[in-house]
Amino acid sequence: MTGAVVRPLPDPHAFLARRARWSAPEILFWLSTLLPFWLFPDYLSLASQIAVWALFAISVDLILGYAGIVTLGHAVFFGIGAYTAGLLGKHGWGEPLSGLLIAATAAAAVGFLISFFVVRARHLALLMITIGIVFMAREAANALHWITGGSDGLQGIRIDPVLGRFEFDLWGTTAYGYALAVLFVAFVFCRRLVNSPFGLALQGIRENPTRMLAIGSPMRWRLQQVFTFSAGLAGLAGAVLAQTTETVSLESLGFQRSADVVIMLILGGTGRLYGGILGAVIFLVARDQLSDVNPRYWYFWIGMLLIGVVLFMRDGLLGGLSRLWDRVRGRGA
Amino acid sequence: MLRRTLFGTALAATLAAAGAAQAQQTLKIGVILPYSGQFADLATQLDNGIKLYVQQNGDTVAGRKIEIVRKDVGGIAPDVAKRLAQELVVRDRVDVLAGFALTPNAMAAGDVSEQAKKFMVVMNAATSIITTKSPFMTRTSLTTPQLNDTLGKWVAKNGGKRAFTMASDYGPGHDGEQAFQKAFREAGGEIVGAVRIPVENPDFSAFVQRAKDSGADVVYVWVPGGAQPAALGKALAERGLANTGVKIVGQGELTSEEALKSMGDAGLGIITAFNYDYTHDSAKNRDFVTAYRRAYNRNPDLFSVGGYDGMHVIYEAVKKAAGRTDGQVLIDAVKGMAWESPRGPVSIDAETRDIINTVYIRRVERRNGELVNAEIDRVERVKDPVKAAMR
Repeated sequence: MTGAVVRPLPDPHAFLARRARWSAPEILFWLSTLLPFWLFPDYLSLASQIAVWALFAISVDLILGYAGIVTLGHAVFFGIGAYTAGLLGKHGWGEPLSGLLIAATAAAAVGFLISFFVVRARHLALLMITIGIVFMAREAANALHWITGGSDGLQGIRIDPVLGRFEFDLWGTTAYGYALAVLFVAFVFCRRLVNSPFGLALQGIRENPTRMLAIGSPMRWRLQQVFTFSAGLAGLAGAVLAQTTETVSLESLGFQRSADVVIMLILGGTGRLYGGILGAVIFLVARDQLSDVNPRYWYFWIGMLLIGVVLFMRDGLLGGLSRLWDRVRGRGA
Repeated sequence: MLRRTLFGTALAATLAAAGAAQAQQTLKIGVILPYSGQFADLATQLDNGIKLYVQQNGDTVAGRKIEIVRKDVGGIAPDVAKRLAQELVVRDRVDVLAGFALTPNAMAAGDVSEQAKKFMVVMNAATSIITTKSPFMTRTSLTTPQLNDTLGKWVAKNGGKRAFTMASDYGPGHDGEQAFQKAFREAGGEIVGAVRIPVENPDFSAFVQRAKDSGADVVYVWVPGGAQPAALGKALAERGLANTGVKIVGQGELTSEEALKSMGDAGLGIITAFNYDYTHDSAKNRDFVTAYRRAYNRNPDLFSVGGYDGMHVIYEAVKKAAGRTDGQVLIDAVKGMAWESPRGPVSIDAETRDIINTVYIRRVERRNGELVNAEIDRVERVKDPVKAAMR
């Protein structure tokens, strides 16, 4: 190492604090999420489902974007959350907030058990494991039809008004307010998490696991922790969907949902938290608009969009945009 | 500035007036179907039925112009179906909710129909309890128990004594199997064995062998359409079940046009219960099939008839209500309605708002070189047995 100039490291706490500071565009973004209430009052049910998907995408981003765990089976936890919240609502526990917590806890508990398998594999093997788990879970839910309602879906869910005041209405006003509030709280939590030493350790594992082991980071334990947390978040998303729509079907823990969320995340950009939100917005708004134009062949355009993004913006729309921004700023300076 | 404001106000007023006038003249029907994904062909056939009816009967009824808003639900997705139904009601302001190929989706949209008091016409989904979800809902297709209950009784009456059942291990399969078993037992038959088959099953040999070993004289089969009837036919031929004189029976999809093409001669002799086949012999059906073929270059099926009759119900209800469209008026207009459909005489049960069908018992035969479902018996005015048992 002769000749290398050793620079003093910046203060790590100052570094993290700087990353954790809320920027003006971020604050603006969250304020703009309130706009649909006034600008698109006819689209609030769609907006509420976008918020659910965004939350689900963030949960996947935590493990895929930050910790490097690839998965095509995360809908298992979404589904567990949805069925837990749905079953509570069906059997008289209609209070939504406690239902959310119970559902998220149930999903996290299962996530913890599964994490023992997940951290032992990487890449293709990991994909196989997660796909296997999602197929098993779906078949299990089908087989347990006296509990889950099987392929007819869970029927008879009744959810009380939120905080005893706001009933879930036909316009989706309560649904959107509720989903948005949950999304925001969860987002703040995740943001804190990724900008903590724990979050840095995850990114270190993603970039170079051998080295992280060498410097004494308990790699598997870290991965298990984040996987469990992410499973809980996914369960939270599922619970919100079950409560706001009062329906749960086998498809809520199916492969298609697991794949769709990864598509959204790739579209928006991984490893940025906001990528999942952007991806969910674009995917669902595009789907809504395109399928109105042609209900049969709208998926074609989604496919084109995905190919375009992957070809020209390797790290998603947000990644592409931020590079563009850097270039503009670089030229300006 | 003032002039501009005035102009703006005038424009807005005109638009509003035009909007109101238009709203009075149009009759908006929101159709929710799985136009994309694995059920897309079913949706196409159903939608063709809808289009053909509008084409034949004009797009104006009781002074109101029909406008159809189509929404793709993409497959089994009750959360999406419910949202689409909500949006159709609050955003598109439809007067009628229609379509619904799949049970979970129809159930979810039923909540919206009840909440918004909208008339809803289920044109395919076949689980019994769907129509109990909303008091403003009717159905123009069939119910699974309607067919299988009738089949069970018919088989027992016509010499079947010992039956073995094999059904796909999911909702519709369970419904069919249970209805058949119950009816067969009640009519004096004995169930000597039952097996449930994985939904995505590629090979039936083991199951057919078990059926053969059970010593049953009737084997009841319930499998979804697609690739499975062909695989089943292959196993039946291989294990030589047909040669032993055992009767193979099932619900009509088992021997649909496509299924028969893929099964070939292995399908000969299979007996099924169904509410419609394009070969049904009536003047009404001949005209229907001719028109359908001319328009879409293929034969109609039960989905097409569900859509066609669904539109008939909407048209007649709106006529009877003299153009009024609130849910209560329309559902009242539908109760007890009877008409001649391409499938034969049908009516809507005044109590349950569900369809009353003729159930045809058919046997696969070769006619003019083609395998067809030949009607050998019929049971008229069959109500849904599940709802009949509920009261």
